[in-house]
Amino acid sequence: MTEKPESAPASTAQKGPDSRARFQSVVRTVGMAPILILLCLLFEVLSIVNAVGSWSEAFNQVMNGHFWDVVISGRFASAQNLSIVAQQAAVNMVLAAGMTFVILTGGIDLSVGSILAAAAMVALIFSNIPDLWWLAIPMGVVTGLIFGVINGSLVAYLRLPPFIVTLGALTAVRGIARLIGDDKTVFNADLQFAVIGNGAVYGVPWLVIIAFAVILVSWFVLRRTVLGVHIYAVGGNEDAARLSGIKVPLVLLFVYGASGALAGLGAVMQAARLYAANGLQLGQSYELDAIAAVILGGTSFVGGIGSIWGTLIGALIIAVLSNGLVLIGISDIWQFIIKGLVIIGAVALDRYRLSSSART
Amino acid sequence: MASTADTAPILEMREIRKTFFTVKALTGVELTAWSGEIHALMGENGAGKSTLMKILSGAYRADVGGEIKLAGQPVTIDGPLAAKRLGIAVIYQELSLSPNLTVAENIHLGRELSKSGLIDRARMERDSAPVLERLGADFGPKTLVSDLSIAERQLVEIARAVHADARILVMDEPTTALSSRETDRLFSLVRQLKAEGMAIIYISHRMNEVYELADRVSVLRDGGYVGTLTRAELSAERLVKMMVGRDISGFYKKAQGEHHKTGALMLEVKDFADGRRVKNVSLTVRAGEVVALAGLVGSGRTELARLVFGADKRISGDLWLEGQRVELHSPSAALATGVAYLTEDRKAQGLFLDMSVHDNINLAVFGRDAGRGGVLDLGSAARRATTAIEVLKIRVAGPHVEVGTLSGGNQQKVLLSRLLETAPRVLLLDEPTRGVDIGAKSEIYRLIDELAARGVAILVISSELPEVVGISDRVVVMRDGIVAGELDGSAEAPITQEAIMELATGAKTTAAA
Repeated sequence: MTEKPESAPASTAQKGPDSRARFQSVVRTVGMAPILILLCLLFEVLSIVNAVGSWSEAFNQVMNGHFWDVVISGRFASAQNLSIVAQQAAVNMVLAAGMTFVILTGGIDLSVGSILAAAAMVALIFSNIPDLWWLAIPMGVVTGLIFGVINGSLVAYLRLPPFIVTLGALTAVRGIARLIGDDKTVFNADLQFAVIGNGAVYGVPWLVIIAFAVILVSWFVLRRTVLGVHIYAVGGNEDAARLSGIKVPLVLLFVYGASGALAGLGAVMQAARLYAANGLQLGQSYELDAIAAVILGGTSFVGGIGSIWGTLIGALIIAVLSNGLVLIGISDIWQFIIKGLVIIGAVALDRYRLSSSART
Repeated sequence: MASTADTAPILEMREIRKTFFTVKALTGVELTAWSGEIHALMGENGAGKSTLMKILSGAYRADVGGEIKLAGQPVTIDGPLAAKRLGIAVIYQELSLSPNLTVAENIHLGRELSKSGLIDRARMERDSAPVLERLGADFGPKTLVSDLSIAERQLVEIARAVHADARILVMDEPTTALSSRETDRLFSLVRQLKAEGMAIIYISHRMNEVYELADRVSVLRDGGYVGTLTRAELSAERLVKMMVGRDISGFYKKAQGEHHKTGALMLEVKDFADGRRVKNVSLTVRAGEVVALAGLVGSGRTELARLVFGADKRISGDLWLEGQRVELHSPSAALATGVAYLTEDRKAQGLFLDMSVHDNINLAVFGRDAGRGGVLDLGSAARRATTAIEVLKIRVAGPHVEVGTLSGGNQQKVLLSRLLETAPRVLLLDEPTRGVDIGAKSEIYRLIDELAARGVAILVISSELPEVVGISDRVVVMRDGIVAGELDGSAEAPITQEAIMELATGAKTTAAA
């Protein structure tokens, strides 16, 4: 009864061949990019006005032929600031990449902030052991992986709800992070891998290089491997995935493991920036920024739909917002309010856009 | 008949039609019921019983032109609330109680009693007690519904109808989940309601129930009204004939006794049981043979197929493939061994509606084709998709279109091609032509014939009797979790719709062949 009649939609909707389907998927991927660009323009203009003094002053100067002087007085779009934005986005990008895997299966990982703290503690402690300092990076990542695999096992084999499992882990792993360092801050002024957090190659910060490498690898896994298709399939229809012979528990184990391992990598990056780690404070509410980036990127909260490019843009939007609001001198309190509203507004806009171009 | 001649029937439905888009679900059905009558409504799956009852209960609106009269007065039933107000109550197979609430709260659901804006539980409980007592309930109004058995929950639903002063009570296969003792209790309750003057419309597939209860029986077939029999006219043969009596149309290849060439024993199911719906089932399918698994909805056919496929766990039984004992613990193990299952619910359990036709077709074989490290072989995937679209005549603009935008028939072909890509030796097809238009239907039949010719062992679950008769070499009929009988097409056990229906409903219990 709910089936569509055979002939009508088949002949009309599909006149423009396959390319239309491809076009739609491009639109979906590009998604929030226009909003990112708009935000950048907005902050650039506002920072110009800030630099010049007032709107009327800026207008006068442009009228008097000092157009380029006015334009280059903006601080947002300077190479230096954009590099700062990218560095600010880097750790969140890495966490959000892991979060993308998890949310694509219809799950959620609330524990990444805590895992980041615990992994950073482990990495710093190893860096302080003279003979084992070279284990710092691998041990940080492995610590994250272990916590992720524990999350994944509980979700995949005990069939516990991901929200509950990772909510528990959010608290428990935070405690473990404090336990590891005896509830003190661990320092290492001569951190061997500090270059990751502060160095650059041809002007491109290592943090940014790592983040983009993670995005590229994630893209490859999602779009070019069997595992990737299976992740989308599990999120799209878990029953059908099982009946198609997909080993659903293994897929779930992978996504939570990957999310944990990437939180471990994020920990290494963060520790390298700070030369220190504190089990209580590090990574607080990072999971929320990561989730926000994924959702801003157009990934469906129920799973099955989304892309890593969307997450990249989502993470950039968050970083641009934070940076831009500081740059134009908005108070800390209003930054919170504006960020929250932008996230809700952007997703609302996205829903509206998708539903108006919805399929037949 | 339990009615006085000078009063109008409590319910009169005439010329009821219902069209969904272009599909005619009901084509001029009538139904008359009197107060103090138990009126059975029978028909095959898909005959239109549910649609008719949904119109009566206000869930659907009938097309214009029909007429519904209650006690002689024409009425419009434009929603569930209107139906309730007119005294029509429906008890569906899936009970509609809130298990987290008490019996009294459920009885008053939507009509809660309140005192100065606050809910008045005490009065609701006082108010429910006499109804429960009258119906012979041995639980009180404060009991949580989640603590009650299925039979007791049914009683709560009946109490709700009685409490709402329902004049017409529709019961949709109320005994499916009941034990025989519970069934007896239900029957005496139904008779009590009848004696109190209620009109009861009783939907059932089971001959013996209809014999025991019904004053009259109306039969629907293919959305049309076939006729009504009084108790005196009732006979099993007559009912079965009314329910199935139609021509087998010409599009079944194997129409007249032309069987597939069958080979060695391929699939052997021995003593399967799952402790719930499947009680004890054994059956065999040979290479190149098409065996139909017939039976009413709820007889355990789908459950059996899922057990064979490893999708659910069984508690006993052995599985043999080509003379080898095998253990299939999961669908992935089954597919790897060459057993494939087509689900009856392609949208909920089969397809990935947001994914492309290409991905849907390749989903079960991406892993098999993949290169080192699980890197997709996009070339062979694209070739598979293109070939499948061509061979199965899937009407789609290209492989990258989302499956959700396709028509039912084309979606089914996509799902079928996913199975076929795994090169199965045994195919379990659960309602392969459900919700599929006639063109795609005949193509699916053609495909089944071709696969059988290539030596695949095929087990088809179908509720459509002409289809069962038209495509199968042998029919296994299930009833209540066991094999009720087998029809091999011989003179003693001919494959006819009547013979299948007799076995499926229990009109005849002796297993032929």
